[in-house]
Amino acid sequence: MNIREYLQKHIVILDGGMGTLLQEKGLSPGERPERWNITHPEIITGIHRAYFDSGSNVVNTNTFGANLLHFDREELERIISSAVDNAKKAREQSSAPQEKFIALDIGPSGRLLSPMGDFDFEEAVAVFAETVRLGVRYGVDLIMIETMNDSYETKAALLAAKENSDLPVFVSNAYSENGKLMTGASPQAMVALLEGMGADAIGVNCSFGPDKLAPIVREYLKFSSLPIILKPNAGLPESIDGKTVFNISSDTFAGITADLVKDGVRVAGGCCGTTPEYIRKLCEDIGTVTPSCEKKDLTVVSSYSHAVTFTDDPILIGERINPTGKKRLKAAIKSNDINYILEEGLRQQSAGAHVLDVNVGLPEIDEPKVLEEVICELQAVVDLPLQIDTSDPVAMEKALRRYNGKALINSVNGKKESMDAIFPLVKKYGGVVVCLTLDENGIPDTALGRVEIAKRIIGTAKDYGIDKKDLIFDTLAMAVSADKNAALTTLNSMRIIREELGVHTSLGVSNISFGLPKRDIVTSSFFISALDNGLSAAIMNPFSAEMMKAYYSYRVLHGLDENCSDYIRFAGLLEGGSETVRAGEKSDFSSADTLELSIKKGLKDQAASITAGMLLDIEPLTIVKKHIIPALDEIGTEYEQGRVYLPGLLMSAEAAKYAFEEIKKVLSNSDSGSASKCPFVIATVKGDIHDIGKNIVRLLLENYGFQVCDLGKDVAPNVIVDKVLETHSPLVGLSALMTTTVPSMEETIRLLREKAPFAKVVVGGAVLTQEYADAIGADQYCKDAMDTVRYAEEVYSNL
Amino acid sequence: MIRKVIFEGPKVNYKEVLRYARAKDSYDEYASLLDECIREAGDLLSYRICYDRYEIVRSSDFIRFSAIETSSDTVKKALSGCDEMILFSATVGSEMDRLILRYSRTSPSKALMLSALGTERVESLCDAFCEQIGRELQSEQKSLRRRISPGYGDIPLSMQKEIFALLDCERKIGLTLGENLLMSPSKSVTALMGIGSK
Repeated sequence: MNIREYLQKHIVILDGGMGTLLQEKGLSPGERPERWNITHPEIITGIHRAYFDSGSNVVNTNTFGANLLHFDREELERIISSAVDNAKKAREQSSAPQEKFIALDIGPSGRLLSPMGDFDFEEAVAVFAETVRLGVRYGVDLIMIETMNDSYETKAALLAAKENSDLPVFVSNAYSENGKLMTGASPQAMVALLEGMGADAIGVNCSFGPDKLAPIVREYLKFSSLPIILKPNAGLPESIDGKTVFNISSDTFAGITADLVKDGVRVAGGCCGTTPEYIRKLCEDIGTVTPSCEKKDLTVVSSYSHAVTFTDDPILIGERINPTGKKRLKAAIKSNDINYILEEGLRQQSAGAHVLDVNVGLPEIDEPKVLEEVICELQAVVDLPLQIDTSDPVAMEKALRRYNGKALINSVNGKKESMDAIFPLVKKYGGVVVCLTLDENGIPDTALGRVEIAKRIIGTAKDYGIDKKDLIFDTLAMAVSADKNAALTTLNSMRIIREELGVHTSLGVSNISFGLPKRDIVTSSFFISALDNGLSAAIMNPFSAEMMKAYYSYRVLHGLDENCSDYIRFAGLLEGGSETVRAGEKSDFSSADTLELSIKKGLKDQAASITAGMLLDIEPLTIVKKHIIPALDEIGTEYEQGRVYLPGLLMSAEAAKYAFEEIKKVLSNSDSGSASKCPFVIATVKGDIHDIGKNIVRLLLENYGFQVCDLGKDVAPNVIVDKVLETHSPLVGLSALMTTTVPSMEETIRLLREKAPFAKVVVGGAVLTQEYADAIGADQYCKDAMDTVRYAEEVYSNL
Repeated sequence: MIRKVIFEGPKVNYKEVLRYARAKDSYDEYASLLDECIREAGDLLSYRICYDRYEIVRSSDFIRFSAIETSSDTVKKALSGCDEMILFSATVGSEMDRLILRYSRTSPSKALMLSALGTERVESLCDAFCEQIGRELQSEQKSLRRRISPGYGDIPLSMQKEIFALLDCERKIGLTLGENLLMSPSKSVTALMGIGSK
């Protein structure tokens, strides 16, 4: 019997601790236990055998840290082959009657994935993949990914397992005191991610004793349809007379764990501090339990931190990151101005969006590359789940692969070609997919026609192994100005699909009012009608006050807003003149305040609204030259004289940036280049991950009109050179914070001299000095951001 | 045995935060920015430490504790006269890095202040830890000497690798070491200090 079949009918007993036992047998502190597979095979086999003898169905090979980061390829192969061999010997030696399996144990890499750390996602996949391939080659029965405390790394490991074997994969995470992973994921977010990607069993291990893990494992039981794993520690370690002792006895451990098995846990064992004795008692206490499995019909998407579940409470999907009809965003996408896109995301979040739609489709860009980059950048700073919106399956796959969670996928439709392209991606990476009710014959005019397509999509999805809970249907809102029955057909088909097919729905509600004046009035009324007809999620503009009024009042009227508290808070914001609701229409400021003063004081919103007012009768470039730049110059001088500190300089620069945004709105019709100077490429060099200083330089340079091309941190020399050649930038700024990365800066300069001799190189950062800068051949050392601006102005004036 | 301790957030030392933000004694000017940062970071911070206590072994050129052997004069000096020492690592968690990253893209002034706050937080965490250990040592008639870290004086940064292997930082407190020997989460400290007689 294989483990998949066994799991369906039986409770699976895992093994207990390995590390604590090895320490008792003489493993030194800091020594890698994996080497003991080769040097002490009899001890490893002995431990495995003791677990089999105590009733374990599965033992984990002693390969927790067996990967290419810790061992070279040749040693890794020897370690894994011996590890599997040791487990097989134990299985042969044990005469215990139960079914016995061997799991390839995979623990965390020990590195944190970027952008929070410096380990690239694909590199992580490659590292785990090698371990998986070796495990498969030497004949394990399943793969056990365990003790993972970061969702992104867990995804990399599971992806590696799935791409390199057909074996069952068990995935178990380690939680912190706050009930989340170290990097922030809630249990429900992990359930969404791992179920979506097709793990065979999921759960929790290590962390604490079974008592403290109980609330976390109950979350898994509540949200997951998969078999749940529980592999706790023997409580917390204490030191008694120089010996490490865990504070939960085998009796207590077995009692609590067995109770959780009776409540639904289907895979149980022990982690740190547990011994064969713990497992023997656990088996006794469990006795005979028939596993039960309750399928949860939950439609869930997730981010790195939390899950969003589709219910009767409407979900708002912010539509603002989509270039259609948005000049400023188009310009931002074309010029790779990621910051603007990030701010648009953060603003939608504070306006109340639950999910963000992300669409960067423009004909003149490399969409797969840009979409992947934008998704990575957004998910690093925004904790909302994302809806990946593209018609290009290549871009879709790239984005889904890198997405840290279970995404909303926008979209598939009833065309065979569309389903053949998208459903395999949904199956592989997980996700909830928006299904448009159109097919090869277009959009049916009747509600029944659209329902028929929906049924067909559900059928095809099932053939791909995708449950209908992971499909949401969009019955396509079309302009009522073009067809007076457009809204009715959309609403009728949506009601039937939600009620009769039992699936969730979404709509891009704004389309309905296309071609009409005062669109918000019609759109918000349509939004309410749609909610009454079974709409679960709306793709909408969270900055629209009319839409938000409709949303909050709907929730009040449908018993979704306890004590009307959300509505009351929202109403308060309306009265107080909330920024998000009234974006762009602010006018309350004292007439005595000038733009110069608000920049100097660092008042962002005031700077923006004063600029908006001034633009009514002053030329944009005049505002820049006569008001913004002089204010910046003044604060810059005060900073250089030590009268203003760095935070003050930055606050002023940010206020100036807000003023510039207003000016860009006016200029984006004409050529915005007329306000800007030459390109300026900046980067933190390879190996260095500090970028606060570099970001400060960028902000000030932008304020002074340079077209800053920011390549980010940890940037390879050739990437910098390529960008300089592409933009023909006369200025390059390199930053390094550590002495260890100065050689990498030197290498970059050498390559620049060779390939782009026209560029002036300015260097800065904590470790640099004039002498250092001279030694590595830079044109200029700048001690701070203002210094860099002064130098750039000088170079620019001599061009 | 490696021990793990979780602290409540120590009181914020405003003066230190402003010093790290290179804003000296200008509290009034930046009070609202700093308060905003403290409010936003508040719940996201965690205060975790793992540590162990080791005997010190000396030879002519080297000083050794557990699996770490070093010839660093800074270490020798800091541990002189001590028979035992404490090695620890401390972090305020990765959510702080994410917050700094978010604002470094949208508001560098806030990123700067948050970064300064993070540095102050982890230093205050170390102080709180040392105070606690110091109290525990009183019953043994012993006290803690000053703390030093890799990169300080002549202590090589490469000692980080050995410290991480010894303290199992990744599993215990979610602290990792990058290829360039920098720690993630970045607001973290590894340090050692001698235990001397009173």
